Amino acid sequence: MSRLDTRAEQVLWPLGFGVLVLALWEFGVRLFGVSPAILPPPSAIFAAILSSGPTLWEDWVQTVVKGALNGLWMGTLAALILAVIIDRFVFLKRGLLPVANFFAALPIVGLAPIMVMWFGFDWHSKAAVVAVMVFFPMLVNMLGGLAAVDTMQRDLMRTYAASHTQTLLKLRGPAALPFLFNGLKIATSLALIGAIVAEYFGSPIRGMGFRISTEMGRLATDMVWAEIVVSAVTGTALYGIVSAIEKRVTFWHPSQRG
Amino acid sequence: MKNILPIVTIVLALIVIWYGAAFKMNSTWTYDQAARAGTEVTFSDLLRDTMQQSRPLLPAPHQIASELWNTTVEKKITSKRSMVYQGMITLKTTLLGFVFGIVIGVALATVIVLSRVGRLTLMPWAIISQTIPIVALAPIIVVLSNAVGTGTLMVPKAIIAAYLSFYPVLVSMVKGLTSPDQMQLDLLRTYGARQSDVFWKLRLPSSMPYFFASLKVAVAASFVGAVVAELSTSAISGLGARMLIGSQFGEPMIMWAALFAAAILAGLLIFLVGSFEKAARHLMGGRAL
Repeated sequence: MSRLDTRAEQVLWPLGFGVLVLALWEFGVRLFGVSPAILPPPSAIFAAILSSGPTLWEDWVQTVVKGALNGLWMGTLAALILAVIIDRFVFLKRGLLPVANFFAALPIVGLAPIMVMWFGFDWHSKAAVVAVMVFFPMLVNMLGGLAAVDTMQRDLMRTYAASHTQTLLKLRGPAALPFLFNGLKIATSLALIGAIVAEYFGSPIRGMGFRISTEMGRLATDMVWAEIVVSAVTGTALYGIVSAIEKRVTFWHPSQRG
Repeated sequence: MKNILPIVTIVLALIVIWYGAAFKMNSTWTYDQAARAGTEVTFSDLLRDTMQQSRPLLPAPHQIASELWNTTVEKKITSKRSMVYQGMITLKTTLLGFVFGIVIGVALATVIVLSRVGRLTLMPWAIISQTIPIVALAPIIVVLSNAVGTGTLMVPKAIIAAYLSFYPVLVSMVKGLTSPDQMQLDLLRTYGARQSDVFWKLRLPSSMPYFFASLKVAVAASFVGAVVAELSTSAISGLGARMLIGSQFGEPMIMWAALFAAAILAGLLIFLVGSFEKAARHLMGGRAL
């Protein structure tokens, strides 16, 4: 544990592990003659990705861009605005925080069928599910973040005769950023889950959730895996983007300087 | 409980807003019906009708409460329409997934803490695993566990629940097992303690508060996982399956009742695990994190 990890080690070990798993998978499937309907080898999945690019792209736009990302910004924006308002009133905050905390732990994804009933089959219902799903974790994180300055810093702002808005913009807002990014990391993976689940309850004839359920129905497992790969890459990429922005924006925070 | 007054106020306000929204959203249907029948609706008619439609867009809170009462207390718990029966199935899945999640989380954390290679290899994949939308994998997990021969849907559902719940345990346990500081580790070295002694007598005991703290998050995650699993594996029983059935047969009351039953069950679970955490911490000397 004493030796420091080099950059190469940090990349090569996990990469090597991934390659090993893929190799074992490919080898195992061929050796035991597993039916491709149950578990296709990685090479077949890769072939499926290459041969059905346009379909995958269409599904990706429908589910990720229209459903998940729209819902993500709506839910996040709503949570931000509400957090700033609630934060002004101690009474509201004391009442809403426990309620929001409780909601954040609930399986809100269960709202999916109701949202499909309200907003129809297209991406609007998916965005609505995602917006509600990401709203509560974002709200809880933002309220936590806005409270994350200590008395000394607050007092300093008071001695400057700073107004509430000034304190919010120059001290508490920036101090809340690490919490905001924490919330966003949770929210991006929730957004994909919400957008895909909502498609199981009805969707136009495109979208990743739609494709997974129909291709599964006709045992085209390689296509299902292709969608899984796309969703996995998307999820990881979204997380990576949030982390990268976090690094750029909150470079001053102890967790980023380590 | 100095927060009780604000909380009650907020909850009451939410209920009032709910009634307002129910009135507004359901009134369209009432107007349509009246227009078709060629009658005028007075305000009191409108008020009465929007609060008691059988397929409302948004049922009023008292409708949901009475539906919940009907499907819990007044139905036999062996009936498939009973939310208690369906809740028990979801609960079983949740607990099975919770146990799987704890075992996997603790095992992985141990490997990660004890071995450098383990940490370098597994930690990035653990993070990546949580960015992959589990619902996409759900149908595959069902097919694979059928191929292995588990027979029921219980195992794949529990795997999905475990997939979401192992992560909080893993992260907390890694933090907990590495929480002894250099001074304590050095002390054990001067005693000539072996690696295994350091683990069993220092690392494991000092990780316990972290372990118990992670359980509450893990059980909530496991419950969400169980419901997501029921929604996405076309299960026929469980609260998630009730939501699906309500959606397919156009019975919004079933959906809402299942949703609220799920919320109540989740609340109970979190409360129970939270109390357990408090009791455990008390027994171990009350060290808070």
